[in-house]
Amino acid sequence: MEREIFIRAENLTKIFGDLVAVGNINFQVFKGECFGFLGPNGAGKTTTMKMVHCVLPLTAGTLTVAGMDVTKQAREIKKMIGVVPQEDNLDPDFTVFHNLMVYARYFDIPKAEAHKRAEELLRFVQLEERRKVLIDQLSSGMKRRLILARALINEPQILILDEPTIGLDPQGRHLIWDKIRSLQKQGVTTVLTTHYMEEAAQLCDRIVIMDYGKIIEEGRPGDLIKKHVGEEVLEVAYDEGVLKFIREAFPDARLDVVSDRIQVFTNQPRGVFDEILKKFDLKAAMIRDANLEDVFLKLTGRRLRE
Amino acid sequence: MKTSRVASYFRIPKLSYRVWRVWRRDEDVFMKTYKVNFIPSIVEPILYLVGLGFGLGGFVRPQEGLPYIVFIAPALVAASMMYSSFFECTYASFVRMYYQKTFDAIIATPISLEEVIAGEILWGATKSLINSTIVLGVISLFGLFSSSFFLLIPPLSFLVGLLFSAIAMCFTAITPNIDSFNYPSFLFITPMFILSGTFFSITSLPVQAQIVANVFFPLTHAVALTRALTVGRLSATLLLNLSWFLITTPFFFILSINLMKKRLIK
Repeated sequence: MEREIFIRAENLTKIFGDLVAVGNINFQVFKGECFGFLGPNGAGKTTTMKMVHCVLPLTAGTLTVAGMDVTKQAREIKKMIGVVPQEDNLDPDFTVFHNLMVYARYFDIPKAEAHKRAEELLRFVQLEERRKVLIDQLSSGMKRRLILARALINEPQILILDEPTIGLDPQGRHLIWDKIRSLQKQGVTTVLTTHYMEEAAQLCDRIVIMDYGKIIEEGRPGDLIKKHVGEEVLEVAYDEGVLKFIREAFPDARLDVVSDRIQVFTNQPRGVFDEILKKFDLKAAMIRDANLEDVFLKLTGRRLRE
Repeated sequence: MKTSRVASYFRIPKLSYRVWRVWRRDEDVFMKTYKVNFIPSIVEPILYLVGLGFGLGGFVRPQEGLPYIVFIAPALVAASMMYSSFFECTYASFVRMYYQKTFDAIIATPISLEEVIAGEILWGATKSLINSTIVLGVISLFGLFSSSFFLLIPPLSFLVGLLFSAIAMCFTAITPNIDSFNYPSFLFITPMFILSGTFFSITSLPVQAQIVANVFFPLTHAVALTRALTVGRLSATLLLNLSWFLITTPFFFILSINLMKKRLIK
């Protein structure tokens, strides 16, 4: 099946002074998919997002959205995009409801229509009862939900989510995920950045991992896990003897010693660790499914960035 | 190379009707709290009129042939144009830009940054119109205006406000933080309030100071125009005062938008 490319970046570059924030990256987002950007702080994710929704000019390369050049048709592109920014920038001078109405006016949505959509969206994000409340009386979860509602006021075909669940409790996070999934079902193309690997694994059809302004890996979350860290991970309490034993038992495995634990990654299929555990009594051993966080740490390292 | 750098500060912005969407946002906020907003505009001129006009005025000889209270009344109207627009586009705009991230939120919609800044400046001019018209109304109750030309002051106040808003926006574009607005406030606005022919005739100043007041102080021209309209002394020099605004306003309007773009779009 031929899929329509909705966002296409070719040799996209952004330089601030002498910092290369985004260096020569290429990616394509297909219509209707959820595409994720992962990476440590400062990797260039947000910069890339801002170029896509036409608020940051490019230094070099080309970037098209729905076939339109971001440098020439910014206005047209912005009409079809909804943005959930990383920072809360709701208008504190207005109530919840008025925030949506004022935002609708920026999109030239007629008042009656805006009213109807604002009502629907408040219901969608479960904030109807807060409609008359000022922004600073909302919890951070409510603010994120309202920002999501605001991003939907122009019925966007593309939704840009820059860390949509940052700072939320698990309940708040799951609610946002549900909403994003239901938008995906309606065919909205979603581009997302996140630090939460679970979020990317839950929502994204495809992801790229960025580091130092470059794309270092690209693929489906499941494929990347298989490719880089296999299906299962064995974790054992650190011990010289055990380390030696594992090296012999799995000569081709990758071992990671993190503080007082040993993590063992192998390309072999599921079940390989069970045998070992049956034969030997390893202290505090645990077998768990490999996940995207393992991939992420393998590719970007454990060093803090800031 | 060098000329193109200068030219980059004076690129003509591309504006559309969307400027008014930004203006409407600020107006919506104002209308929500208008009762509180009106109090300073009503109280302040009365204090000045009573304190300076009636109180001090008893000891002061007529200025430019006008009784002291008649002399200062129009200057208070002109000063309110300056203060309301300048503070709107410095402190208030800075809060929207820096603390509230309102500009960031708006430019994620089809509205451009240029239109946001233009809308803010138009709103600053509107604040000048609103506040100075209230001051005008309050003062007119004292029966100090002898000419019905004073009805031309509201449209004038929009023009004056436009200039002060544009100048203010230039400061907002270059200020490192909100405290630094103290510099233009105390080094530019306060001297102007005292030395622009507001409380005494500009001719009492040393010649050098008169030149400074005429060349660098927009308020001098605003006061001259306002005073002429309230007492009905129309003359050709008013055209000079008016042209001063017509020339400098587009200059600062365009400059402020370009400075803002340099600040916010990296």
